[in-house]
Amino acid sequence: MAKYDLDDDGVVVIVGSGAGGGTLANELCQKGIQVVLLEAGGHESNDSFVNNEWGSFGQISWLDSRSSSGSWRVGKDFNGLPAWICKTVGGSTTHWAGASLRIQDHEFRVKTEYGDIEGANLLDWPITLKDLEPYYDKAEDKMGVTRTNGIPGLPGNNNFKVMHAGATKLGYKNCHIGRMAINSKPRDGRAHCLQLGFCFQGCKSGAKWSTLVAEIPKAEATGKLDLRPKSHVLKIEQDKTGKVSGVIYADSDGNQHMQKARAVCVAGNSIESPRLLLNSENNQSPNGLANSSGQVGKNYMRHMTGSVYAAFEKPVHMWRGTTMAGIITDESGNDTKRGFVGGYEMETLALGLPFMAAFLDPGAWGHDFTRKMDEYSHMAGMWLVGEDMPQESNAVSLHAENKDQHGMPTPNVHFDDHPNDIAMREHAYKQGSAVYDAAGAKENYLVPPYPSTHNLGTCRMSANAKDGVCNAHGQTHDISNLFISDGSQFTTGAAENPTLTIVTLAIRQADYIAKQMSEKAI
Amino acid sequence: MLDLDLTRRDFLKTSGTVLMGTLAITTGVLSVLAPSQTWALELTKLDKATGQTLLQATRHIFPHATLDDAVYALVVKDLDAAAASDDGVAKLLTRGAAELNTGAGGDWLAADSDKQFAVIEKMAGNDFFEKIKGTAVVSLYNNEMAWAHFGYEGDAWKEGGYLTRGFNDLNWLPDPPADASPAAFSAKS
Repeated sequence: MAKYDLDDDGVVVIVGSGAGGGTLANELCQKGIQVVLLEAGGHESNDSFVNNEWGSFGQISWLDSRSSSGSWRVGKDFNGLPAWICKTVGGSTTHWAGASLRIQDHEFRVKTEYGDIEGANLLDWPITLKDLEPYYDKAEDKMGVTRTNGIPGLPGNNNFKVMHAGATKLGYKNCHIGRMAINSKPRDGRAHCLQLGFCFQGCKSGAKWSTLVAEIPKAEATGKLDLRPKSHVLKIEQDKTGKVSGVIYADSDGNQHMQKARAVCVAGNSIESPRLLLNSENNQSPNGLANSSGQVGKNYMRHMTGSVYAAFEKPVHMWRGTTMAGIITDESGNDTKRGFVGGYEMETLALGLPFMAAFLDPGAWGHDFTRKMDEYSHMAGMWLVGEDMPQESNAVSLHAENKDQHGMPTPNVHFDDHPNDIAMREHAYKQGSAVYDAAGAKENYLVPPYPSTHNLGTCRMSANAKDGVCNAHGQTHDISNLFISDGSQFTTGAAENPTLTIVTLAIRQADYIAKQMSEKAI
Repeated sequence: MLDLDLTRRDFLKTSGTVLMGTLAITTGVLSVLAPSQTWALELTKLDKATGQTLLQATRHIFPHATLDDAVYALVVKDLDAAAASDDGVAKLLTRGAAELNTGAGGDWLAADSDKQFAVIEKMAGNDFFEKIKGTAVVSLYNNEMAWAHFGYEGDAWKEGGYLTRGFNDLNWLPDPPADASPAAFSAKS
């Protein structure tokens, strides 16, 4: 592994080692570019991951102080935990389920397609599906996405059997095992899936793609990567010319260091990335870095989500096998006859007993709750995930008083559901229940959203500098050597699980950064 | 086996700080998991009466008729640990238990189940009730005895996963066609 001096101003500094930052690091290193990758969390491994929900939660989650506000139910149920994302090398790719879906063509231009929606800050992406297709191809190959590149699908588990039976009976045409970045057979030096059922807990077999097991080791093999775990970036420095010159970070002992940089790429997930830009305010950038538009932290999206679990007469054992192991895509299009714009996906999901207790009906108690828990081994489950409306008032901001362990203001996440989100969730609950009714369910349980795993949009890309934070390559409109490299870039949320697109954008951004560097533009 | 401290401590039978019980169903899954049919929980901070009250309160908040007291005792164990490390929690629990007694006209534990429930239901939402509920929703369902009771199988890694152990053994619905759900990878194929 490389080791660069703090004064080395030739390196590219990447903040965050998840889907965006970890992929970008590898892509840049493969091109011979020197990278310092700063990760706030520690370095776990397949060996250290545990098949235990609460144990793993304590091991890899981002548990630093956060607050939430607004009328969303997560704000009531999990006020101090608005998001369920990770602080560990590999970021939330250690936790993701692996569903790898491309954003649909029309979802890149929703302002054009949907028109003006009251209260929604819609905008077309400055890129199209056609622009991204070659990079989606590369991402799917890199990640080993099943049912692409000739890679066989994963076998369906019990939970999928229930979904498929119900979907077929209901008349849905597109129900299958999905496209998953989980090895159905050994590939790329990693094993095949053992159907452990602990995809959310790091995947001990290594079958699931993550930057921890795939991108970062490859980047290290180039000799160009200086990975620094337990390095929490507090501030990005801006020099007199207006360019960024480095970052200040705290190490595991709380000691602060200044790492100089030729360029800085921010990939801390859509809560930490805007938090960092806002906390980097200075005389030149009094409202935070790259914030001349005022859009940093705004338009926070978290997908319309919800779950349906159903109890059956006979056992299901849904926890056996891949956590997300099948999909119905029939509702993913934009069919406004349903009473809302945009669409949603229906994806199998299983929770272990400990998390079922935590999430089935947060705050509930008594016989009605325990009666449902008693059905646990006979339950099937699905997650509903769809496009939510960007709203300027849904925002990540710095808390006025609260500070974290490094003295950095904590982030507050404000969110109100848009009426379109609510209409979509109601429809999705109805259809999810219909699937299970068709499969013979005794009873359906409509489960409210979990803390957000899909955090998007807080530094969105826009054609026009006044509408967003970065351009079509994630380069901030205001500062040429400052990049947004995670899901914060998303102009709108689309219905699909975002990781594949984050990886795709990172591959594309690496090409752009390399070109800008060789042209001495940055 | 059990990661929580439930061992036979007969010699402490007379102590005022030990909760004890016998597994109600001696032939079930719990009897296989438990180190003995008798369980004991030594309290470090709370007294025995408070411990018994908290156990019974938890049974009312998360009532599973056939779930053994040994599992509910794990909630008391965690509440006792919280009380030991935080005097505020100790006071909250002690006062709450006293309040239950007051509500029952003297001895809440001696009241019949309906009366017990009526008293504790009135406390729903207060700090005492929420402390028990918030602890129990984790502790009650996060142990191997509970997993055995509910049929959850816990750590899959140590058993090699479910690839050859029933990940797709559901047989009361038709199997999906191969284009929706292909066969599993086998090193032999």
